[in-house]
Amino acid sequence: MHGLANPARFLRIARWLTPLLLVSGIVVAGGALGWGLFVVPPERLQGDTVRIIFLHVPAAWLGMAGWMGIAASSFAELVWRHPLAGIAARGCAVPGAVFTAICLVTGSLWGRPAWGVWWVWDGRLTSMLVLLLLYCAWIALADAARRAGHGDRRGGAPAIFGLVGAINLPIIHYSVLWWNSQHQPPSITMGGSAIAGVFLVPLLASTVGFSLIFGGVVLARMRAILAGIQAEARLRRRAMAESPA
Amino acid sequence: MRETLDAWQFVAAAYAVGVGGTAMLIGWSWIAMRRAERRRERVRGR
Repeated sequence: MHGLANPARFLRIARWLTPLLLVSGIVVAGGALGWGLFVVPPERLQGDTVRIIFLHVPAAWLGMAGWMGIAASSFAELVWRHPLAGIAARGCAVPGAVFTAICLVTGSLWGRPAWGVWWVWDGRLTSMLVLLLLYCAWIALADAARRAGHGDRRGGAPAIFGLVGAINLPIIHYSVLWWNSQHQPPSITMGGSAIAGVFLVPLLASTVGFSLIFGGVVLARMRAILAGIQAEARLRRRAMAESPA
Repeated sequence: MRETLDAWQFVAAAYAVGVGGTAMLIGWSWIAMRRAERRRERVRGR
């Protein structure tokens, strides 16, 4: 990880890794979604609505993984002062927020036929909504810090917020165990899976595919942010060199 | 009274949101990356 903190080395790897992750992710996720839509049989109790699982679960995982990325990058930024850590956190924020929003919308579309309601204020749904609000607040804070000219300063409010916000992740995970919930308890644990193999295999394939897409999108956003910083730095240096002493 | 819902309408809506949202995220990120890297090259070349 320390080796990747060098922007030049990062760019050398990201140039070929970004399209590779995106293309392989689109192929794997597309195949898994097609499998889930057209091959998997309807579930005994839920019927065809179970097919939403192939989108909802990967989106939930990536919504949480995005904040894990922000928290890990914030830690690296505060402790080791990695030059790319703040950029990695900014790269994770928007994809994490998008997948959290997809999780909430697909969950609502699943809840209506399964539970009879679009939304309930229970622990799991509310903590996921809090995660989306945290993402929005983090993006606004990081943007404000950048506009205020603190973009190059290591550490700072976004990194601290990124670490503090990670408290919400175990709350999301354990919410269905701590409180009475409309949402089902975890179906996949370290001990095994309560999901039948016919659903589990395309679900894992879909999760892998969307994770590859997420990685490719984060790399693309990091490359965009890095290119912007490098162009600004060059323009600033040139302006200083050309200005009269 | 028992409500009858067409499950496929909810499945189709969920797939439209999920696939559409992911496609827009990929397209937006890719275009933003290409635009930023082209700008950096232009600044370098000046």
